[in-house]
Amino acid sequence: MRFGLTLLIVVLTAVLLIAGWVQSGGMKLRAERAASTPEEAVRALLADIQAHNWEHAYALLDHANDIQKTDFIPDIAGTDGSLRTYSSLQSFDIWPVHADATHATLRVRMNWSSAVGSLDDVRDWPVVRDGSVWKVVWPKPNFANVPLQVLPVNYLRWDVIGKRSDEFGSAAVDSPQVRIISMNAVERPDSVVIVGEVENEDTVPAYLNVSATLLKPDGSPLAKQDSFDEIAHSLLPKQVSPYRIDFPGIRLNQVKSVRMDVHPLLVPASADPVISVENQNVNKDALGRTVLKGALINQSGQVVNIAQVLAVFYDSSGKAIWVSDGYVDQALLPQAPVPFAVDIPADVANRMHDYHVVVNHYTAPSA
Amino acid sequence: MRRLIRKLCFGIVCAALPALSQKVAIQAPSSVSAGSSLAITTTGSGSATLYLIGPSHVRKQSIKLGQEVEISGQDLAASGNYQAVTCDSEGCVSALFQVLPAKPIRLAFMLHPSRVPVSTPKAVNGAALVSDRYHNTVIAPTRVDFHLSLGGESSTRSVESVRGIAWFEMGSRPKQGALQVVASVDDTAEPRVIQQVAAEACGLRMSAAPSGHFVKLQTDPIRDCGGNPLPDGTIVSFTKTDAAGKSTVDTPIKKDKATAQFEVSGPAHISVACGVVVGNELTLGGRP
Repeated sequence: MRFGLTLLIVVLTAVLLIAGWVQSGGMKLRAERAASTPEEAVRALLADIQAHNWEHAYALLDHANDIQKTDFIPDIAGTDGSLRTYSSLQSFDIWPVHADATHATLRVRMNWSSAVGSLDDVRDWPVVRDGSVWKVVWPKPNFANVPLQVLPVNYLRWDVIGKRSDEFGSAAVDSPQVRIISMNAVERPDSVVIVGEVENEDTVPAYLNVSATLLKPDGSPLAKQDSFDEIAHSLLPKQVSPYRIDFPGIRLNQVKSVRMDVHPLLVPASADPVISVENQNVNKDALGRTVLKGALINQSGQVVNIAQVLAVFYDSSGKAIWVSDGYVDQALLPQAPVPFAVDIPADVANRMHDYHVVVNHYTAPSA
Repeated sequence: MRRLIRKLCFGIVCAALPALSQKVAIQAPSSVSAGSSLAITTTGSGSATLYLIGPSHVRKQSIKLGQEVEISGQDLAASGNYQAVTCDSEGCVSALFQVLPAKPIRLAFMLHPSRVPVSTPKAVNGAALVSDRYHNTVIAPTRVDFHLSLGGESSTRSVESVRGIAWFEMGSRPKQGALQVVASVDDTAEPRVIQQVAAEACGLRMSAAPSGHFVKLQTDPIRDCGGNPLPDGTIVSFTKTDAAGKSTVDTPIKKDKATAQFEVSGPAHISVACGVVVGNELTLGGRP
């Protein structure tokens, strides 16, 4: 009787474990890892990437191109505190681009969830047949190989010292003088968007935010929003940043006027790093969307962990008609170009005459 | 709260007025300087209670009628109207007197702004509030001197305060640097400093030095229209357009100049700007 009860418990535990494995997609995972078709090979690889199972993902690759684990893992998992290191693969879509008996190419759109929202990464992956299974050929990443050198960095730094006194009439330092140099209210299919540019006119750095209040015909406020991350918050003297403020669910005919506010703060800042934006071009991406592409080059000696590209687009009269932004999921190593792309809505692409790109950056404090 | 207490006390005193006895009298000087002690003379005999009702507090003490009552300067620190009320068993009598601000000894000096571009009309204003050692605003007209100095130049403006406030307005000077403004009354001085900074860039020019596939760009010393150099760290934007596309870099001024380097493929067009000020444009033939 006692033996029978033990056996029953063991059998029940085994049944529950199997049910849990099936429920959690274990059958699907096993099928995906069998890789009897190019799509299954890609799905298996993506399933491992999703599970952060880098070792197994590397084992699924075709090694004919001598891809090393030390190249593959940094390429997919990120390095140097980049945005990719704070991201995980949320979902993916796969389309066949080409296929024959031994070779195929699949287009993969990976949707990464990150600290700053979701990011899309579209890549074309070659897949080859190896016996009875298909394997992904991972393109060898082209990591920058900057020669060892000493780079003198002597840019200016501003510090705010002393303690603010609350005593009436005591000496004080004014907030930086900033100015909204352009503003345009744009109607989108599902929202009203305020775009424009703001300049730090002062000789000290400013940390700023721009907010807008939409006013009804009777003068009462309809909605209030701020630029959130669609602005370069830290502006050095005479630096200009685009901004964009979204008002979802509002139509332009509901709005009589717009009240703009800019809130500058005096903050410590450094003129380092300097990031150049090279070879900017408007092109179509793999999905046929119009994008502004280019490369960022960190001209300083410090690693920039996270970079954000803000682009303002002007019509033929020089009026700002749209502001796009995009995060770069790679860290900017000194002197190494890193590609970027930001979306341009189709109607904006048709009317766009010129554009200006600004780079926002975040560098983790060094130990 | 203090005002409420004062009103209540005043009400109580007014209610008691019909019952005033002619035997008791009280006398006080019509005015006294803040912080100075005061003697109140009383007539009559016996004991009574003295209420001192001032703008900031109320004090109660037992007194002997027929004697002088000394009110200490501490109880007369706040300027304004005071009422001394003496009450005994037969009723209350009162006397009014005024405490005037003492000698001006403090200045609250507000100078605006803390930074200002050079040669800007009516950009600088300062206001000084004159008060005594007890923070009472000195209402009587007082001469306040504003001494301005920038580099080797200095000047003084004397302004008479109106209702305790002396103020001035002026344009910024054409030369950048620390403009020191000292507001003074007698031996009291309050210094403040305004940083006069360069205005917008003027005549922004760059030159190009091709070097292989690269072009090195350097501006002339960047100055405003008054010849003041723009401070280091000011951002200058270079833009190059060629067959490879458009390249931009925002670079800070170092030692009065801004520099940048671009890779060039074919003919290139290069422009420079500082804030909203646009500089010269260059067209390069490029190198194969």
